[in-house]
Amino acid sequence: MSALEEILRRGEFAVTAEVGPPKGTNREIIEKKCAGLQGFVDAVNITDNQTAIVRLSSFASCLIVKDEGIEPVMQMVCRDRNRIALQSDFLGACAWGVENFLCLTGDHQSMGNHPQSKNVFDIDSVQLLQILKNMRDEKIFQNGEPLKGEIKAFLGAGENPFADPLEFRVIRLAKKISAGAQFIQTQAVFDLEIFSRFMEEVRKTGLDKKAFILAGVIPVKSLAALSYMQNEVPGLVVPDSLVERMREAKDPKEEGVKICLETIEQLKKIEGVRGVHIMAISWESIVPDIVRGANLYPRPRRS
Amino acid sequence: MIIAERKPIKEILSFLVPGEKILVLGCGTCVTVCMSGGEKEARELSSLLRLKGWETKDFTLERQCEPEFNLRAKEEIARADAIISLACGVGVQALGECYPGKKISPGLNTTFMGMPKEQGLWEERCWGCGNCIVHLFAYICPVTRCAKSLMNGPCGGSKNGKCEVKPDRDCAWQLIYDRLKKENQLEALYAIQPPRDWSTSRYGGQRKMIREDVRL
Repeated sequence: MSALEEILRRGEFAVTAEVGPPKGTNREIIEKKCAGLQGFVDAVNITDNQTAIVRLSSFASCLIVKDEGIEPVMQMVCRDRNRIALQSDFLGACAWGVENFLCLTGDHQSMGNHPQSKNVFDIDSVQLLQILKNMRDEKIFQNGEPLKGEIKAFLGAGENPFADPLEFRVIRLAKKISAGAQFIQTQAVFDLEIFSRFMEEVRKTGLDKKAFILAGVIPVKSLAALSYMQNEVPGLVVPDSLVERMREAKDPKEEGVKICLETIEQLKKIEGVRGVHIMAISWESIVPDIVRGANLYPRPRRS
Repeated sequence: MIIAERKPIKEILSFLVPGEKILVLGCGTCVTVCMSGGEKEARELSSLLRLKGWETKDFTLERQCEPEFNLRAKEEIARADAIISLACGVGVQALGECYPGKKISPGLNTTFMGMPKEQGLWEERCWGCGNCIVHLFAYICPVTRCAKSLMNGPCGGSKNGKCEVKPDRDCAWQLIYDRLKKENQLEALYAIQPPRDWSTSRYGGQRKMIREDVRL
């Protein structure tokens, strides 16, 4: 069982962070990011060519992260690989001892730096979850043929409580959980009101008892970054009041951390939230301060 | 129907050699309806090329995607040095098969299978995946209309009913959701759609249809 799964099963409030691999071969970049996170998080998500920008692969980065003594969550998106490649990479990652997987649809290639490429989308994230679950539990490939060997996999999915149609989000979450998702990492929460309503619906349908829900947070460095998220990132809702706070802040970085800590405090109080996922994109060095500030340090040890 | 749009005139001119006798060949079916390659458009392009100094003629066939129709332009084609076909990609290829050795250039870019939405606006509706499932999705095809062809609901990039990929396009899943909600059939979306069999689509290689019952 992965450390992340064990901690969640024990009922401890989990902390995960995110590391984006570099646009090149320099593994020291990943090692340095990991060194800073050591002891402050239970697992680290490794993005899979996030926003459709080519980077060192998620699979290879996960192995580097493991070498550094941190447990990786391997993100897998359906944009670039078909069911053959996804199943193959899953087997490979299992053979190397990766135990956490996050199944995502993936950003459209038009958002990235190779907009002229073809996409794949042979399967979607719900179908990917189902395939990986069957590989683990039934020992079969998607085509029904048997596979050999042990698979230890803790399967996760993303969910965005802030994207439209809002009312469909809980239905989609239910589908992901019934397809095989054991943990969920949500889109970053800035609007606690929408998120609370989402969680209310989640509890009504009992989904919080069927999967561990980790709420996403993003510490922001500047007014420009927050405004960008408010205006340019579909699927993120940033209340005006937060933008105002950042505008008036003497020290925007300090204010960004403060907002993040306040958000985590609120999230801890929401029934059904079993952890936080800190997405400090190109600001990984702030994660220890946030974990300490949120009274989530030290992290629980494995039994 | 098949929707197509005329290639930029600069590109069409790049196909031609000064002094060639040109035949602009229109098609009377889909591309006539979408106003890109019918009789009127063939005449217009022909006049334009004449103004640029070429000797041109125009002729429009009922449809170019069937050899028997293409043979009806035999004499016009024989008299020309170069043909500009204003048919869809199927039509240009059918013409090429009928007239080996003839210089034939495409005058249109075939864009999609779709329908007119408003005057002057056409929208894609079908991918020809070979395995129609629109009845499961309130007659809104997610394969075609969702930028990621998602089968189990919208991605995280749907905002105010629009798709993040092209903000002037509707999110297919918002449309599906709204219509099923209105018809009290939301539970149709609860079922997990399994991985699709794409072998019926273009991914299975070039497709053929054989109907033994109508073969001679």
